[in-house]
Amino acid sequence: MVRKTSDIIFDFIVYFSLIFSCICILFPLLYVVSVSLTPYAEVIKNGGFMVIPRKITFESYILFFKESRLPRAYMVTIFITVIGTFLNLLFTTTLAYPLSRKNLPGKNKILFMIFFTMLFSGGTIPTYLVVKFIGLLNSVWAMIIPGLVNTYNLLIMKNFFANIDESLFEAARIDGAGETRVLVQIVLPLSKAILSTIGLYYGVAHWNQYYSAIMYIDDSDIQPLQIVLRQFLAGSENDITKYNPDIEVAPESLKMTAVILTALPVLIVYPFLQKYFTQGVMLGSIKG
Amino acid sequence: MFHITMLDNISHNKMKSNNNPNSKTVKLNKTLSTIWRYRALYIMMLPGLIYYIIFKYGPMYGILIAFKDYQFLKGIWGSPWANPWYKHFLYFCKTPYFKELIENTLLISIYKLFWGMPLSIILALFLNEVKNKTFKRITQTITYMPHFLSWVIIYGITFALLSETFGIVNIWIKNLFGKTIPFLTSTKWFRTILVATEIWKDTGWGAIIYLAAIAGIDPTIYESSKLDGASKIQMMLYITIPSISNVIALLLILRLGNILNAGFDQIFIMSNPMVLSVADIIDTWVFRTGIYDLNFSLSTAVGLFKSVIAMVLIVTVNKIARKWGEALW
Repeated sequence: MVRKTSDIIFDFIVYFSLIFSCICILFPLLYVVSVSLTPYAEVIKNGGFMVIPRKITFESYILFFKESRLPRAYMVTIFITVIGTFLNLLFTTTLAYPLSRKNLPGKNKILFMIFFTMLFSGGTIPTYLVVKFIGLLNSVWAMIIPGLVNTYNLLIMKNFFANIDESLFEAARIDGAGETRVLVQIVLPLSKAILSTIGLYYGVAHWNQYYSAIMYIDDSDIQPLQIVLRQFLAGSENDITKYNPDIEVAPESLKMTAVILTALPVLIVYPFLQKYFTQGVMLGSIKG
Repeated sequence: MFHITMLDNISHNKMKSNNNPNSKTVKLNKTLSTIWRYRALYIMMLPGLIYYIIFKYGPMYGILIAFKDYQFLKGIWGSPWANPWYKHFLYFCKTPYFKELIENTLLISIYKLFWGMPLSIILALFLNEVKNKTFKRITQTITYMPHFLSWVIIYGITFALLSETFGIVNIWIKNLFGKTIPFLTSTKWFRTILVATEIWKDTGWGAIIYLAAIAGIDPTIYESSKLDGASKIQMMLYITIPSISNVIALLLILRLGNILNAGFDQIFIMSNPMVLSVADIIDTWVFRTGIYDLNFSLSTAVGLFKSVIAMVLIVTVNKIARKWGEALW
């Protein structure tokens, strides 16, 4: 079949635009990496940074791990991400599963109560007062507990559970299995995909967490990665240069190194788990 | 007279239930026994429900301080009532920021919607045209990726591009025109930067839903139009776009329902005092007034003002969507 000229032009536009979009996304990242690897001597010699540096150095990376607040912030963020995600999944699953059972008395009232919080919330200061009242201010738990259940994720999970074939549970119940056993032995193994997706959402949200840290944390010892990076980028955080008067890395290189080190875990994990990340959008579009 | 009727009613009811053992009491017993049967499920839900009560409904009690003059030592209940009760709302409406905040919030939201949505749709339409599986997968992986980067990281990347000292774009501009542009600190540019970074972050992610809608179109329509000699552009314009127009319309009104959320994290992280006049939105103002200036009552009042309007918007939008049979709830 002969291809139409208009189709050839169309295909060209399509491929060109897509490649252009990819370049728009990758180029800034590439430049960030370049800056982070450029030795100070090169910057002075060339009067600035180049897209592809002639020489590279890992000095700034070594510096970060040797003497900065970053390793500590890393530990805080890893703690929040691991423990936080585990607790998120635990609380979300144990709430979603009962609400997915069709005949549970009071189910609709509870669902409405939960759903209403998506429409209306107390707001910033009232939430702050609750967190303060409970005594969570300036504790790592303030970055975990106030966000234990995300209503949107909860409803996605509830819908997923509700679509599992009821007869599977009945068989188990006849065999005398309790509800907890049904959940652990039948429902959860069937729900690996949704658990991975929701777990990833919670995990990334924890890794990128900023809001709850600026709200509830003043103590610099337990500030997470994103906060430390923000302070560092804004230039209000120069603890590295403070320790090294004869530093051999440009301040810009240090900043970009911090950006890379913060983004790296997400960038490494994402391509392998892309399937799980994207299927959440589809599950979410099934109405609650 | 009243008493007699009451008694009459009660005895009447009693008689009724006595006569009719199959009615209410039995029903109640049945419900109770169902509840008992499902007790494990209720116990399972308990931690999650307690979370909702404390952290979602607890703050609703705190809304009281919007109508009070909150004093730290006296607590929520002990603080005196504001006089008049709408004092803080009135104060906010009269402040010079009022107009500016509303304007910034709406403009930033609308710009993001106006530029972001069409780009997501176009990306989805173009991705749909790619027949090479590997190329398609790689493009999707790359374009979805920025969605998972935090705003702090994107702020850092923006720095690398636009900073006046080492930003590559400014280096190019300087080579061409001999001077740099203060993208991040000028009121002229800042909103554009907000919209551009939002596009960079979420265009790909936003395309997923349209791509899924396109995948749901009946392939036989394309085949028959191909036999009729339709070109790819014609198929895109006359089949694909009309077929997903309902999804587009639905997402559009849902976004309109959220129009008061202009993006707290992004603006809070990327803005600086020099651009506050064009970047300060309701959410950032509420945060600063409450957490930095410690004006709890005023901050809560403004937050409440926004929440109520947002709720009305979302409920309205859902009513409209329901007319098309596409309601969220």
